[in-house]
Amino acid sequence: MTSETLVEINDLNFSYDKRAILKGINITMPRGKVIAIMGGSGCGKTTLLRLIGGSIAPSSGYVKVAGQVVHELSRDELFQMRRKMSMLFQFGALFTDLSVFDNVAFQMREHTNLPEAVIRDLVLMKLHAVGLRGAHKLMPAELSGGMARRVALARSIALDPLLIMYDEPFTGLDPISLSVIGNLIRRLTDALGMTSVVVTHDVQESLKIVDYVYFISEGVIAAHGTPAEVRDSVAPFVHQFVHGEEDGPVPFHYPANSYASDLRLGNRFA
Amino acid sequence: MQRTTMDLWVGLFVAAGIGALLVLALKVGNMGTYSAAQSYTLMGNFENIGGLKPRAPVKSAGVVVGRVVDIQFNPETFDAVVTMSIDSRYQFPKDTFASILTSGLLGEQYIGLAAGGDEVMLKSGDKIMKTNSAMVLEEMIGRFLFNKASESNGDKN
Amino acid sequence: MPRRIVLGIRGVGHRVIESVWRLGRASRFFMLMLLKSGISLRRFHLIIREIYFTGVLSLIIIVVSGLFVGMVLGLQGYETLQKYGSESAVGTLVALSLVRELGPVVAALLFASRAGSAITAEIGLMKATEQLAAMEMMAVDPIARVVAPRFWAGVISMPFLAAMFSAVGIFGGYLVTVVLIGVDEGSFWSQMQNAVDFRYDIVNGVIKTCVFGVAVTAIAVFEGYDAPPTAEGVSGATTRTVVTSSLAILGLDFVLTAFMFRGMS
Repeated sequence: MTSETLVEINDLNFSYDKRAILKGINITMPRGKVIAIMGGSGCGKTTLLRLIGGSIAPSSGYVKVAGQVVHELSRDELFQMRRKMSMLFQFGALFTDLSVFDNVAFQMREHTNLPEAVIRDLVLMKLHAVGLRGAHKLMPAELSGGMARRVALARSIALDPLLIMYDEPFTGLDPISLSVIGNLIRRLTDALGMTSVVVTHDVQESLKIVDYVYFISEGVIAAHGTPAEVRDSVAPFVHQFVHGEEDGPVPFHYPANSYASDLRLGNRFA
Repeated sequence: MQRTTMDLWVGLFVAAGIGALLVLALKVGNMGTYSAAQSYTLMGNFENIGGLKPRAPVKSAGVVVGRVVDIQFNPETFDAVVTMSIDSRYQFPKDTFASILTSGLLGEQYIGLAAGGDEVMLKSGDKIMKTNSAMVLEEMIGRFLFNKASESNGDKN
Repeated sequence: MPRRIVLGIRGVGHRVIESVWRLGRASRFFMLMLLKSGISLRRFHLIIREIYFTGVLSLIIIVVSGLFVGMVLGLQGYETLQKYGSESAVGTLVALSLVRELGPVVAALLFASRAGSAITAEIGLMKATEQLAAMEMMAVDPIARVVAPRFWAGVISMPFLAAMFSAVGIFGGYLVTVVLIGVDEGSFWSQMQNAVDFRYDIVNGVIKTCVFGVAVTAIAVFEGYDAPPTAEGVSGATTRTVVTSSLAILGLDFVLTAFMFRGMS
């Protein structure tokens, strides 16, 4: 497993309706590592994932995956490249009309000509890796949140991708499932030699498993470093985020008039 | 397994749909009666076709033997040229009468063929020479009044 | 006061422009879907699955409604015709009303409410729960795999449903007039066969049905795909499907009827 760069994001800018969401982002992701991208809600983390996956095109700058500039690919080339990537959506996004087995088998049946017997074995192996081999007959509606996300994870690794993107994988899970997902992300990344990009704002879980962290605030990279560096950082935004402080660079109060004037005190009684 | 039960239902559905279409076509409509047979064309000139429409039946002795295909106006002779399609099973002699009749008192109009005694039969494309136009109600009433008036005049004289 | 009028006009203008823009988007979507239909036609089992959900499951409402409509036509028709001594023409009345107008139109309206809204809700929910985005990330085109099969299933199911509606309706008319009231069975069927022409009435009715099927399913599928990915978005889209489809059916019915039946007089 060479440490060459799998994903290179160079001077990326993205605006939506004249509002700049990402400005001058530079990120390199080497193979075989788990990278976390953190920030407050609405700071552009999910947009970044979509830019990597090619769903949207940047205003300027580029994203290179395995040496290819994503937004310059033709439709067919993009589809080819997407077979090497996977995305784990926030609530799993399992196909509700298919069983767990069929969900995991979906990509195999669509993109390969493997015989059913081989597909069956592969699906059961992937489900075994996430601990849900016995649940393969269930329908998504019968799964708990944590189980649904694990099935979605099994589905993402179905074709052994080079890159998996996780959109808020820890949101809304109980402590046991949190730890299960976290460990699975780490184990699978190491076992399959792929790169994982985790977009999250769950600091504690992610710092346990990632190799490198990027903080995005107001569209730019506010800080980056290894988990140890991040924990000890004194940069105000990072400090507020990591220690969950109420007030800091991200203010507690939404911008408003002065308190006195809102309560209509002051001049009247002056 | 779920796939084959579904296939069964879809197959039944399509079969029922086709069945319904066939029922409509054969039992409800009149497709069975005329399009199957071979036919030949006859023409006739009428002074007044009254309310005759294309697709109106052509009957002889009350039995449907064909359909009116086309009605045109002849600007040289100033009468109507009616083209009929007759079932090939039925041949009519050259001196056949073609009249425009009405079913019931106020019903739809059709062409009635009354066969003559000629030995030579009409061939496809031939014109029926003897025709009776439709009876227009106003003309009939007018004629009736006129007859009545001349009758009473004659009586007086 | 004038300022409010100006704002009102601007609002109307804005909405008109939005509708036109939406229509353009819908047309482009429709073309795209037709282009990608090749894939779904090759994997016919996808379409068969959708025919089951839109066609087979609509059977009950279509058949029951058809029966009732036919029976009411028979009753009302008999009641009025007997005043002119023409009760035996009730077969003609029932058959022509159903085959030319009520069969295609009512079946299409029922289809739009039952199957059309279901399709919109399904596609809209798949969009809201990111299933369509997931499919795209897996390099499977959601338009080819999710949208096109549902479109073709609707187009295929509609003529069959309308034919069954008319057939069951005529049977309902027969039940009420011949069996219950006592109109002569022979004249019921013979007058009907005399008056209903295969080419003009039945074939035109089938053509109408096919046009309605395309319109209703296209609207249903577009509204679902275009719905905002929220709960209100999907429910709004479902309502819009039923309303727009119904208006489209009635409008197209007028246009088609004017086209087809003007040669009758």
